[in-house]
Amino acid sequence: MDQLMMAGGTIVVGVFGCVAYFFAANLILDAVYPAKGPRAGANISRASAIRPWLFLLPAILLLGIYLVYPVFVSIWLSLRDASGEEFVGLANYEWLVNDSKFRESIRNNFLWLLVVPAASTFFGLVAAALTDRIRWGNLAKALIFMPMAISFVGASVIWKFIYDYRGEGREEIGLLNAVIEALGGTEQTWLAIPFWNNFFLMAVLIWIQTGFAMVILSAALRGIPEETVEAAVLDGASPLQIFLRIKVPQIWGTIAVVWTTITILVLKVFDIVLAMTNGQWGTQVLANLMFDWMFRGNDAGRASAVALVIMVLVTPIMIWNIANARKETR
Amino acid sequence: MDNIAGTRSSLVWAVHLAVLALVLLWTLPTVGLLVSSFRDRDQIAATGWWAALFPAEERMVVRLAGAGEQRQEGDLWVVEGDLIEEGTLNRFGTSARAPFAHAAGETGELANGGRVKVEADGSYRAEAAQPFGERGPRLFVAVDTAPRFTTANYERVLFAEGIGRAFLNTMTVTIPATIIPILVAAFAAYALAWMEFPGRALLIAAVVGLLVVPLQLALIPLLQLHNAVGIGKDYLGIWLAHSAFGLPLAIYLLRNYMVGLPREIIESARVDGATDFQIFVKIILPLSFPALASFAIFQFLWTWNDLLVATVFLSNTPEQLVMTGVLRELLGSRGGDWEILAASAFVSIAVPIVVFFAMQRYLVRGLLAGSVK
Repeated sequence: MDQLMMAGGTIVVGVFGCVAYFFAANLILDAVYPAKGPRAGANISRASAIRPWLFLLPAILLLGIYLVYPVFVSIWLSLRDASGEEFVGLANYEWLVNDSKFRESIRNNFLWLLVVPAASTFFGLVAAALTDRIRWGNLAKALIFMPMAISFVGASVIWKFIYDYRGEGREEIGLLNAVIEALGGTEQTWLAIPFWNNFFLMAVLIWIQTGFAMVILSAALRGIPEETVEAAVLDGASPLQIFLRIKVPQIWGTIAVVWTTITILVLKVFDIVLAMTNGQWGTQVLANLMFDWMFRGNDAGRASAVALVIMVLVTPIMIWNIANARKETR
Repeated sequence: MDNIAGTRSSLVWAVHLAVLALVLLWTLPTVGLLVSSFRDRDQIAATGWWAALFPAEERMVVRLAGAGEQRQEGDLWVVEGDLIEEGTLNRFGTSARAPFAHAAGETGELANGGRVKVEADGSYRAEAAQPFGERGPRLFVAVDTAPRFTTANYERVLFAEGIGRAFLNTMTVTIPATIIPILVAAFAAYALAWMEFPGRALLIAAVVGLLVVPLQLALIPLLQLHNAVGIGKDYLGIWLAHSAFGLPLAIYLLRNYMVGLPREIIESARVDGATDFQIFVKIILPLSFPALASFAIFQFLWTWNDLLVATVFLSNTPEQLVMTGVLRELLGSRGGDWEILAASAFVSIAVPIVVFFAMQRYLVRGLLAGSVK
């Protein structure tokens, strides 16, 4: 309880502090450059040149310290040894290239990149197209969307239960093994099957992200001009043709946005792997490898090098996003 | 073309069935764990959750009464008693090699040469030529027990497994980390949307770029920084970190929304002599409520569900461990105790799910503003 009081206190102090800062800064600015008197004109233009920066200052400070500064420190750390004391040049990267776990992580990350955005977008598109046609579509949508609210760790518990394996002679309580058994197959320790276990982990993220894809694509589908669909109906197109030839081409832009958003998420995926296999049985990914070297390996150099690899992989998307945003603001 | 109506109706059915299949696929995993969280520990291990409403066959090892309760009938030593408290005994066996060899009502042979007869209600009578040992012989039994539902799992995780404390810790992290960035971002977003100054376009581009910077990059440098300035691993550090990590999205969402507000309102207020500060507080903030709400939900879900930032910026003590952290530890240490895992998981996902269903409208709006635009 003390803690919640402290949190409450922090909110009050934080919020009050923020408001007080903005208020006081504005007041001081108006006092230094009053908008009256002999030099009112010059004062007003000076004050309005400074004011935006007063509004921006807290944000710039936070962003600068917590997001920009670490990029440079990481680069610097990645060129140094485990404790950060000695300069080792590119030794950490050399180690990376030759490390089998790193190669495994890269391979797995590419698998994730290929499968998860494609599958989530596909299922999202299907769900969006289908739920828009039926009366209980909104309820269906809410239920498919719900996993978005569940934490990756919570989802990992949910899915680990599905993949549960009890072994010969015992009643299977994991859904997947029970189904396999009912169909006459043999039970498997799903999470320990090399290579394929990656896909069982991906299922968790696909399950979470499909709702996101569905919501956005559904809005895009509704935004399609009626006339194009009506024209196609008059020309005798089947529903499938309308969907594939008329609707989908019109929402390519949105599909791309969904795809890249999920791609970024996939590159940072960490909780699911940590909670379900911790990178064992050939399921390691970059983000978890970085976490491993940071906490268990206690090697800031190698961990930073892995983090920078993730950064490099994200960069093309970042540039693409910036280019798009600039096009819009113009 | 004569059966267009027919194809349509069969198509509608196909759509209904397909959506039903999707919905089942997307809800069953959660339902399974939810059902399990209310089941008795032994029953979870005995049958799958889908059989929760049916009697479960539990298998256990019991001991007959020993020398203390035996009596002599003629030249035989006899013990009698009851093996189970509830349910129906199906099968039993006397050796581990054939544990369930006999049906209830039959007679099995004991290792000491004696015989035992077990009834369906669990009562038994064992007789042997020699006296029984101090501890009675072992018996394997399969018992059908009626479905049992209980809230004991929740009581246990809340009070004994540290989830209750972790719930408080998560609240402590989440609430300030949701509110503080909103305020900071709102001012910045207003400046980027409605104030003219050199470098504005560059700053907007920077915010868009920062949206995707991987958190992994920030962890080590910031932890070192926190240690250097004396914050160490404490709540202040994680509030700052979460606030900063949420800022790019907050600024981006709010700016997109504020740019769309009608220019006339703002300009007429300027003409009337309102300062930027007044315009912001009295006009922009109230009008931006939907965008503020959507970001607040995002940030809340994200901070509540986060594991990475909490693991790095908070210590591993009961005073600071958040729920996702406890869950992760339980997954490692109690991998097979599904009653604990299920109940813990549901305590941790209950709040986000309630928020999600209550505020879904704002969440969807925020998602659309964040990605479609």
